Amino acid sequence: MLEARELGFAYPQGVWVLEGLSLGIEPGEWLAVLGPNGSGKSTLLALLLGLLQPSVGTVLLDGRPLGAWAAAERGRRLAFLPQNGPYPPGLAAEEVVRLGRLPHLGLWRSEGPDDEEVVAWALAVTEAEELARRPLAALSGGERQRILLARALAQRPRYLLLDEPTNHLDLHHQASLLRLLGQLAAEGIGVVSVFHDPNHALAADRAALLAGGRLADVGEPREVVTGRAFLEVYAGDVEVVEGRGRVAVLPRLHGGGR
Amino acid sequence: MRALGWTLLVLGLLAAVVLGVAVGAVPLPAARVLSALWDGVRGAGLDPIVGQIRLPRVLMAVLVGAALGTAGAVYQGLFRNPLADPYLMGAASGAAFGATLALSLTGSLAGAYTHWVADVQPQLVPLLAFAGALGAVALAVVLAGGVARRYNLILAGVVVGSVLIGLTTYLMMRDADRVRAVFSYTLGNLAFSGWRDVRQLAAYLTVVLLPLFAFGRALNAMQLGDAVAATLGLRLGRLKLLLIGLSTLATAAAVALVGIIGFVGLIVPHTMRRVVGEDYRALLPASAIGGAVLLVLADLLARVLVRPAELPVGVVTTLLGGPFFLYLLRRQRA
Repeated sequence: MLEARELGFAYPQGVWVLEGLSLGIEPGEWLAVLGPNGSGKSTLLALLLGLLQPSVGTVLLDGRPLGAWAAAERGRRLAFLPQNGPYPPGLAAEEVVRLGRLPHLGLWRSEGPDDEEVVAWALAVTEAEELARRPLAALSGGERQRILLARALAQRPRYLLLDEPTNHLDLHHQASLLRLLGQLAAEGIGVVSVFHDPNHALAADRAALLAGGRLADVGEPREVVTGRAFLEVYAGDVEVVEGRGRVAVLPRLHGGGR
Repeated sequence: MRALGWTLLVLGLLAAVVLGVAVGAVPLPAARVLSALWDGVRGAGLDPIVGQIRLPRVLMAVLVGAALGTAGAVYQGLFRNPLADPYLMGAASGAAFGATLALSLTGSLAGAYTHWVADVQPQLVPLLAFAGALGAVALAVVLAGGVARRYNLILAGVVVGSVLIGLTTYLMMRDADRVRAVFSYTLGNLAFSGWRDVRQLAAYLTVVLLPLFAFGRALNAMQLGDAVAATLGLRLGRLKLLLIGLSTLATAAAVALVGIIGFVGLIVPHTMRRVVGEDYRALLPASAIGGAVLLVLADLLARVLVRPAELPVGVVTTLLGGPFFLYLLRRQRA
């Protein structure tokens, strides 16, 4: 279990970005994190990954505080796909995916047949096999995203954390990424994904809504986006439409505003 | 394609060494150079022109070029900054200042101008060169407010370097009435290199340069950004300090013996990316070989361009490197 307990984070200037947040996720479960810009979503991911140290509270990974895990051990359990991080343009896609084996190999050992098997698996589930030999610079944004996701999967993580993974993807790739995340959760990986579009959160098992650095709501995604907290946070800006047994969240185009 | 690149690189190094030994006041035919080199390999006595004059100088160019080329590649990977280079970041100037200060403090500055540096240098020279190089890079990073702002970092490095060169020149001029400087740390020169320098530099580089070649995969991972590199299990704080330390020391070791030779660390890694690709496991050794080739050839030019006089090789590399830097800058901004 990956668990945040009474988590709080403040920058040295004393501005609290996140306060009193408790949240847990089991392997095999997909949690979507929603919230307006500046609500603390990315900070939450960084804390869950151990990239930032909490000002108060703790993050527990399988019962042990995150800081008690050695860096490589953590790298075998937690993988991260940033929103738009830098990438080595000239490196072949396959080599980038192989870097995902680093926490298993350390700096000095080189890849064995088992590692190659994992790399092949990661390329297969992301449907990126035909991209393997091309340099990242020669790929489209969506293709590159698939390779970087394959790199995270090659870590064979128990938990996969993604920061706005559907950004910059066309509808086709958005849909296939959402299906893939569902499939990975079904295979036993704990997935935490930050989304801008509440409709994407509807694909997850659970949704958490952040507002002003606090957990405003958490639960079944459909209940979260039709709940009072959600409507308060996005007051006047969204319209929740229900029909044919499904829910959709649309931007309000007329009237509205606060 | 890659295999062809490597073959050309190794052949290029061999050809450059033979050419470097062959050309001089007394031209030696290639056959004589090859048989002399073969004698050396067999352990037989060396042709005196080859053994005492040309070969140590060419080997020094090989070692210095390898150190500067590799250090440049490490800097660029580490700072994820294509313009980073030990020279531009102030490391070389810091080393030159440290070395000159050591000679000045021990009163051996005048002697150093007239002899091979290794003959007169007190133990203090490499020590202060190392300290000067590390201090200059640290200062540049602090002045730039961290390593994230790539143009600020270069600018801070250039400013720190210029001030240190000014101070170095001041120290030299204080002794100017006693000796006319023929060797100066501010303009790198291989003309004074003998076997002692070769042995000394080889020993330093074994300690600080060879370990760098093991970090190719770590540098590849660092290209994915700090957040991802950290989640891949790399202890970035330590790793960065170690890599900066080793590559800065490699630069300082070269500068302590031959003075500042600029832009090698910039030209070579960029050229090698075209030849062997961007994988740092290949780029680091390729930059070592490429640096050696470039410096042997640059030294050759330094010897023949104004014959019978000689140019300091630092002048040649700066004349090559300046336009190259501008080309990179244009490409960056485009």
